[in-house]
Amino acid sequence: MNITLKVNGRSRTVDVPSDMPLLWVLRDELELKGTKFGCGVAQCGACTVHVNGSPTRSCVLPAAAVQGADVTTIEGLSPDGAHALQRAWDELDVPQCGYCQAGQLMSAAGLLAKTPKPTDADIDAAMNGNLCRCATYLRIRQGIHRAAELMAAPTPAGGARSSEPREESVQS
Amino acid sequence: MSTPTLQVSRRLFLRASAIAGGGLLLASVFEPLDAVEALVARRDGALPPAADPRLSAYILITPDGVVTIMAKNPEIGQGVKTMLPMLIAEELDVAWSQVRVEQASLDTRNFQGQTAGGSTATPNNWLPMRRVGAAARAMLVGAAAKQWNVPVAEVTTEAGVVHHRASQRTLTYGALATQAATIAPPDLASVPLKDPKDFRIIGQRVRGVDNQKIVTGQPLFGIDIVRPGMKYATYVKSPVFGAKVARANVEVVAKLPGITHAFVVEGGDNLNGLLGGVAIVGDSWWKVQTARKQLQVEWASHDTASQSTAGFAEQAKALFAAAPQRTLRSDGDVDAALRSSSKTVEAEYSYPFIAHAPLEPQNCTAHFDADKLEIWAPAQLPESGRQLVARTMGLEPDAITVHITRSGGGFGRRLYNDFMVEAAWIARETGVPVKLLWTREEDTQHDFYRPGGFHKFRAGVDANGMLTAFSNHFVSFGEGERFAPSADIGATEFPSRFVPNLRIASSVMPLGVPTGALRAPRSNALSFAFMGFLDECAHAAGKDTVTFLRSMLDNQQPAPASAVPSGARQPAPGLDAKRMRDVLDLVAEKSEWANRASLPKGTGMGVAFYFSHRGYFAEVAKVTVARSGDVKVDKVWVAGDVGSQIINPSGAEQQAQGAALDGIGQVLGQKITFEGGRAVQSNFHDFPLLRLTQAPPVECHWMLSDNSPTGVGEPALPPVVPAITNAIFAATGKRVRSLPLSDHDLSWS
Repeated sequence: MNITLKVNGRSRTVDVPSDMPLLWVLRDELELKGTKFGCGVAQCGACTVHVNGSPTRSCVLPAAAVQGADVTTIEGLSPDGAHALQRAWDELDVPQCGYCQAGQLMSAAGLLAKTPKPTDADIDAAMNGNLCRCATYLRIRQGIHRAAELMAAPTPAGGARSSEPREESVQS
Repeated sequence: MSTPTLQVSRRLFLRASAIAGGGLLLASVFEPLDAVEALVARRDGALPPAADPRLSAYILITPDGVVTIMAKNPEIGQGVKTMLPMLIAEELDVAWSQVRVEQASLDTRNFQGQTAGGSTATPNNWLPMRRVGAAARAMLVGAAAKQWNVPVAEVTTEAGVVHHRASQRTLTYGALATQAATIAPPDLASVPLKDPKDFRIIGQRVRGVDNQKIVTGQPLFGIDIVRPGMKYATYVKSPVFGAKVARANVEVVAKLPGITHAFVVEGGDNLNGLLGGVAIVGDSWWKVQTARKQLQVEWASHDTASQSTAGFAEQAKALFAAAPQRTLRSDGDVDAALRSSSKTVEAEYSYPFIAHAPLEPQNCTAHFDADKLEIWAPAQLPESGRQLVARTMGLEPDAITVHITRSGGGFGRRLYNDFMVEAAWIARETGVPVKLLWTREEDTQHDFYRPGGFHKFRAGVDANGMLTAFSNHFVSFGEGERFAPSADIGATEFPSRFVPNLRIASSVMPLGVPTGALRAPRSNALSFAFMGFLDECAHAAGKDTVTFLRSMLDNQQPAPASAVPSGARQPAPGLDAKRMRDVLDLVAEKSEWANRASLPKGTGMGVAFYFSHRGYFAEVAKVTVARSGDVKVDKVWVAGDVGSQIINPSGAEQQAQGAALDGIGQVLGQKITFEGGRAVQSNFHDFPLLRLTQAPPVECHWMLSDNSPTGVGEPALPPVVPAITNAIFAATGKRVRSLPLSDHDLSWS
């Protein structure tokens, strides 16, 4: 069936089976590889995106349910990769393997949008559904607190873009 | 490209060539370390006798001053893609901000040791990578000296710039690079290296080179690979390991919407190779999964279909009742010492099979075209994978190109290349680029599991509370004298050499389940049994466990002449008592172990140490057990000695914290059980990973010692497991002798 939805601010139409989860619409139809597959049953949170502003597990959300929806993925979290969470994640060197981090960031962004100064208990409630097999949890918690600070600062404190070396895109 | 200058010395081939457009490309290939150097390295604890000391690296410097460093090893989350280039950049004497890092593809001509495993990257590359950087720096210095017509000794470098202070002249590396390519490279073995006090990059908290790509969701992992015209594949295997397809309705499945191919693969009998199954290939992975629901397969009968976890336990009981099949070590007279001891302790310990569960499910992309095979794989041992594919498919290894992608976790799972050979086979059968992606259920049920095991211990302490006798009967898996992979034990397992009368013996039962290395293989399980039982011994001796373990370390036995059975392989030397004592003292101090008596009932502290992968780690866990029996780990203290230098403190802390938390996850609820020859658990609902709310603070302390640097990712894991179970005993008086905790009622009143 034809599904029209807004992804990262842009209207997209795809012809997919109505039960195809949003995760696979994003990854394999729209070539947005940032959203990850981990379990397929909403147990790990790697596939978290925002649907109409709310963090949602895209691996169990059928395409038919996102007709007309407004979807934000990790690729659309910020125009320039400089969302406070993205800056905090780099500054504190949160990722190990990095595979779960898109989902972690989207859950955290949902939290900060509603609760700009979250407590540890707020973080527990918002983030406990996102698994990290490398167990970067201590830095994830620090990263959310740091992002809250960055967002509260009148000018982006410590917001200078890192001059760390970067790798060019995967040849594919 | 101009003609490369080629310098050949006795031990080194180092090619330098000017590249098109200007610049210096430095490739170096070492011959194996000679006997003298290997001996020195061994004495320093830097290299095990069997380590492959060959290496190679590339540096590319372009006129704009950008330094591109190839990261040769697979990045699986251990930080090696950042750490190895740091070593080169340090001695090259560039600013880290000038550096770009690129992942190298598998290239056995120019790189050796393109592996991720065994915490080997640091010890195997610490000197070689620095020498590669230093050699390139020497060539740049030589080029400047020639241009300025001054002695080399008067030329200095700093942050990518060459200086001649006397004449106040400077040139950037970028400006010199083309000319430097014409300078004779120095001998790598004798090229001077920096004094550690002059390090500017090594020892700094350097952030991961892929961080920005990760936080913005750019394609990076194996699962993200896309090829023109690519199809998606699933590969259905028998839940009983190794059973072949008897019949399958592939003709029906092939006609389903979006499906381009469905076929049976016969496969072989090697559990590490290509097993039989059904491949379904189509336009999208979801359509393939949808079609799979219509697949009907009848699996051939298989002789492992009757094995079960309950059956393993029964066989273990029978093997414990009989004499051990093999004695791996026997010092003194254990039986006499037990008879004469003032107190004896006996206990049985066991631990389950567990899965690796990396968050990125197994996957691989392959394209077979005109007798050439191109592979994109998140693999820890890409060269082993290439050889497996070549053998299985009758191809020359040179016909196979392997691109190494970032891995969404490894933990040892991606040491095995079943996913690679499956993708390669399907690619040849279909003739189109194919991405094979497993489901989580397949990943959980077709792992190379950390094997379970059973231990019977007996020990005796004398009137002074000293351990005088220690006996371990290890019931494991294997056949005859061969243990199943990662189901073995070494003759140097502690307390070997620290008890006058000691016996380590083993018996094995057959196994039809694939097993393999999981982060700190063997050690992650043996630590629980041995360090748990030694905690029992300390209590029997009426001593605090730190004092008890410390007195054992003070009591190293002279090496007995007959400890190793004749014909057996010379064992690894085992732990160094001083290094372990130092980390034990450090963790006791930092955790305020001495003050633990003030903790309320239900809260306790436990301690353990473990030596593995050349690293010395002692850890303390503080645990609270609610009256209901719910266990919460409140805090973990880690003290580690991995040599003289922490190369990247951010990365090392990540690895130590991650390892400790990984151990907590294993203890709390992880087990894989078998019924009817099949793994029972299938996804994260019944194989639970640690969650954020279960992750306590992990405080890390490094004991710097006069030893060459070694790895962190594995050796930091083993001690936390018994530290937790020992803490539970301190908190509740309940001794945990089997894992996971979810099998136990730990309630108290």
